[in-house]
Amino acid sequence: MPVLTSQIDPRGEEFRRNADHLRGLVEDLRAQMAAAAEGGGAKAREKHTARGKLLPRERIRALLDPGSPFLELSPLAAHGMYDGAAPGAGVVTGIGRVAGTEVMVVANDATVKGGTYFPVTVKKHLRAQEIALENHLPCVYLVDSGGAFLPLQDEVFPDRDHFGRIFYNQARLSARNIPQVAVVMGSCTAGGAYVPAMSDETVIVREQGTIFLGGPPLVKAATGEVVDAEALGGADVHTAVSGVADHFAENDQHALAIARDIVAHLNRRKAMPAALRAPREPLYDPAELYGVLPPDTRQPYDVREVIARIVDGSELQEFKPRYGKTLVTGFAHIHGYPVGIVANNGILFAESALKGAHFIELCNQRDIPLVFLQNITGFMVGRKYENAGIAKDGAKMVTAVACSHVPKFTVLIGGSFGAGNYAMCGRGYQPRFLWMWPNARISVMGGEQAAGVLATVRRDGIEAGGGQWPKDEEEAFKAPIREQYERQGHPYYATARLWDDGVIDPADTRRVLGLALSAAFNAPIEKDRFGVFRM
Amino acid sequence: MFQRVLIANRGEIACRVIATCRRLGIESVAVYSDADAGARHVRLADQAVHIGGPRPAESYLRTDAIVEAARRTGAQAVHPGYGFLSENAGFARALDAAGIAFVGPNLKAIEAMGSKAEAKALMERAGVPLVPGYHGADQDAALLAREAARIGFPLMIKAAAGGGGKGMRIVADAAAFAGALDSARREAASAFGDDRVILERYVERPRHIEFQVFGDRHGGIVHLGERECSAQRRYQKVLEETPSPFLTAERRAAMGEAAVQAARAVDYVGAGTVEFIVGQDGGFYFMEMNTRLQVEHPVTEMVTGLDLVEWQLRVAAGEALPLAQDDIVHRGHSIELRLYAEDPEQGFLPGSGRLETLRLPAADGRHVRVDAGVDQGDTVSIFYDPMIAKLIVWDADRPAALARLRDALAGTDIAGPKANVAFLEALVRHPAVTGATIDTGYLDRHLDEFVAADAALPEAALRAVAVAELLAVEAAARAAAPAADPHSPWARADAWRLGHAGRRALAFEHGGQRIDLSAHGHDGRYRIEHPGGIWQVEAARHDGDWLSLRHDGQAARVRVRALGGDWLAFVDGRRHRLHEVAPFAFEAAAGGAGDKVAAPMPGRIVAVHVAPGDAIEADQELLVMEAMKMELALRAPRAGTVAELRAQVGEFVEADVVLVLLAPTSGASE
Repeated sequence: MPVLTSQIDPRGEEFRRNADHLRGLVEDLRAQMAAAAEGGGAKAREKHTARGKLLPRERIRALLDPGSPFLELSPLAAHGMYDGAAPGAGVVTGIGRVAGTEVMVVANDATVKGGTYFPVTVKKHLRAQEIALENHLPCVYLVDSGGAFLPLQDEVFPDRDHFGRIFYNQARLSARNIPQVAVVMGSCTAGGAYVPAMSDETVIVREQGTIFLGGPPLVKAATGEVVDAEALGGADVHTAVSGVADHFAENDQHALAIARDIVAHLNRRKAMPAALRAPREPLYDPAELYGVLPPDTRQPYDVREVIARIVDGSELQEFKPRYGKTLVTGFAHIHGYPVGIVANNGILFAESALKGAHFIELCNQRDIPLVFLQNITGFMVGRKYENAGIAKDGAKMVTAVACSHVPKFTVLIGGSFGAGNYAMCGRGYQPRFLWMWPNARISVMGGEQAAGVLATVRRDGIEAGGGQWPKDEEEAFKAPIREQYERQGHPYYATARLWDDGVIDPADTRRVLGLALSAAFNAPIEKDRFGVFRM
Repeated sequence: MFQRVLIANRGEIACRVIATCRRLGIESVAVYSDADAGARHVRLADQAVHIGGPRPAESYLRTDAIVEAARRTGAQAVHPGYGFLSENAGFARALDAAGIAFVGPNLKAIEAMGSKAEAKALMERAGVPLVPGYHGADQDAALLAREAARIGFPLMIKAAAGGGGKGMRIVADAAAFAGALDSARREAASAFGDDRVILERYVERPRHIEFQVFGDRHGGIVHLGERECSAQRRYQKVLEETPSPFLTAERRAAMGEAAVQAARAVDYVGAGTVEFIVGQDGGFYFMEMNTRLQVEHPVTEMVTGLDLVEWQLRVAAGEALPLAQDDIVHRGHSIELRLYAEDPEQGFLPGSGRLETLRLPAADGRHVRVDAGVDQGDTVSIFYDPMIAKLIVWDADRPAALARLRDALAGTDIAGPKANVAFLEALVRHPAVTGATIDTGYLDRHLDEFVAADAALPEAALRAVAVAELLAVEAAARAAAPAADPHSPWARADAWRLGHAGRRALAFEHGGQRIDLSAHGHDGRYRIEHPGGIWQVEAARHDGDWLSLRHDGQAARVRVRALGGDWLAFVDGRRHRLHEVAPFAFEAAAGGAGDKVAAPMPGRIVAVHVAPGDAIEADQELLVMEAMKMELALRAPRAGTVAELRAQVGEFVEADVVLVLLAPTSGASE
């Protein structure tokens, strides 16, 4: 198998400058994630633990197998939103291993506004369920939530992808034999009561967990009945009288031990639809990625330098290396799993798109998962290219991506602009997972281009009216546009709104992809048909 | 030589006799009780005969059943082992009547040595030294004083009718004799109604040294050297060795001579042991003679290279002794330890139960020998001696042999019943043993030096166990990877987290204390936060018993292994046992089982066994109800106190009605 050879000098000045820059971004990312992991702050955490309850990340650790990795999803959700009131959107989601089975964990963080659901909380919860559905991952809900965040009820309750969708998903997931397990470790009020009620098996913690459609205040207001929470819907009531829950737990640890036992009896079997190899580390240290990427996203570099630091043995069997060179395609392994790599190496031309479409068809034919390394400013524009029909060649690649039945994984390693985003399996193309690097940017076009386009339109208008537009005024017009694009295209802005599944340290890419590939193989690969390719 | 021999015993000695039979091409026949149907000696023997119930009186002590078994299987001889019927004259007689050879001494010797008084009289006549004393009927005080002067001081005055220390006085010198005699007589008179006394030389801090003797039917008698068994607890030998570090060559020769004399006095045939009590001044006195193979015979075999069971069989078959006295050569030093299922921390209470783990050092045919009566998975029965195995080592000299012994012990684990391994470890590094000053009373006087509470945990032990645990978790995760996904990155147990190297929590319990640690890293490279600071560990590997690692620029090798849910780490010759605790484990609280007892179905109360305020045990029957024509006992969900009783006899109750309320226990809700 051909081995990639790095042309980069890890002792060179440029490498060091690059590395300093990206390391700075990664350090900031770590700091942001550490801050979000603090949840609702020291006081709220203290109050929480004083009640004998474990914090959500401790609960997850206790649930998972000893030492199990945990692939957390969107840890910076709601970053910079709601005046910073909802770190991590008040819920921790991710994949971990329980009793040898990969499961999706959704853990409310009661230290964040009582674990109530902000709009992004709902989105994060639904995204976890979507991942569980696509990858056939059993779900374990560690429930500790006061339900919808009432001040924002219009953004949480009524729409299709709002609160009610959680329970719809539970029913649909269960129907597809994707087990639903709930552990009630705090309140589950109103709509929240349906999380345990809709689960296949439910555990509830004595004197902590409560499940009711209306809490004591609402009951009193509605019927005048005075009743305390424990008698209304505590662990004893629900496991002995109502049957709403199945297992009575003495405390958090006990409940999580029961949940582990439940998962151990799910009778899941992983059938790998792939020929595996023994994993091998890349020949080049993934940490060298810091020095590979130029700080200026417009400065070109060979994406093979990235691939060489992600795939097993730095081996890439390139497909059509001499054709459509702005797209690198080829077969490789990551952690022993076969993958087809599709990576940008410049702007997309018609040939690159045709090559991409061909390669994607090959991977589908062979049931090989696709990994997109996205760094794209868009398709080539201009009369020559439009007249040659670049739109229909681009459409072929978009069709191939959209109709792929193999698992797809996308990493935004640089720019993600315009139609390039579609062809390279952006969020709209339903990759199983999508991550961003901290240096990446995402928007319909670059800030400079957008400012230019809008300024041109404006100037045309002014000049058509016979006016003049001085240079400094044009600059003043363009500056806020550039600023807006920079802000909205930033990975933190994107990840806050769940346009991705998390911003990751480039050096972790190999590990993250390996974990995700393994998790994805829990679902069988089912053949599907391609749509019409415009010829 | 015999073609078939029945072994009228069980446990390690039966196994040991079978081994020699097999080597000599003799078929072995085992006997077994109900309790031993699956025992090791039954598995090893060529055939086995069931002889009765589990109690010794129902099986191994039944002359009739054993003789019948021998007759039925066509055994030409019976080896009695030790204990049970090995020194029973009636048994020897019954075999004789059935025409079956008894692998043991002649009747005369058994009977003579079976009675202590007769044995002593016989020895006195044969000129074997006895503890000087006066056992006469004349109790005149002046005569007793004269006898006392003859015997020498210190001496002991004992009640002739006595026992249990009543009427017993130790007298240091002649001046104190008259007063001690008076008080001993008064005490004896009041305790036994008989004020007669006997006098005996009091041997201070005595040593127990015995000689192995052998005789044949042709008048040949030799000795095979001595064994010292001074390490005793309540007259139970714990450690035996040969040669005795206490004896000079002259003393050894004199004692050997006396032992042969003793055997000759009863025309001894077969294997026997002459036991002496030896004073600190070197004076030695006949105690008794055991007319059988001793438990500790292997140490003699190790230094002489002889097989004493083979000698027994040859002699019983009428052959002459294989070697003359001058041909018997002693080489090196051998020590034996007895592994028992007993709990030193509970007064050596005998243990029983399934041996979940039985790990014994590997026998190498030269330095280490293991005589075991059980295998892992076997059961130590309450009906018999709880000895599990004997560890026997040999080396060129005593210090080397002790080092072998320590190593052999470090390779020994017993889980299931409690065992005396840690006690033996303390024993073999104790100055009284290493310095060879131990006397027969030492262990009883200084037991606390051997049964110390858990010592402080050395950092090296905690570190080794923590690293071993980290490696074990990683190995377990790898092993748990689904068959279809064997290299799964999920199976790498480094607790990886997005954005940081995950923290791995560890917890252990030692001496009732919980120790929490936190680690980062994987695959032998760790940063471990422990209560005393931080360890940076590199290149850690765990191969078999041995954990190697680098820490602080130093490489270390520590013996570490798992035993059940515990870790054992051996540092400075001590085993340190750490109980592994899951960091987030739920441990059921005593009060966790609920505070009420409710009727499980509608029915009538037919009995009430408790009243409010009663203290109750968990699972105790509280009331009985009758429902659907069935009686149903309602039991206590936990131990506690009855707070309220809501049921009366004869009353009909509905399902789920609470009948008994228990007083809440403090902390039950935590």
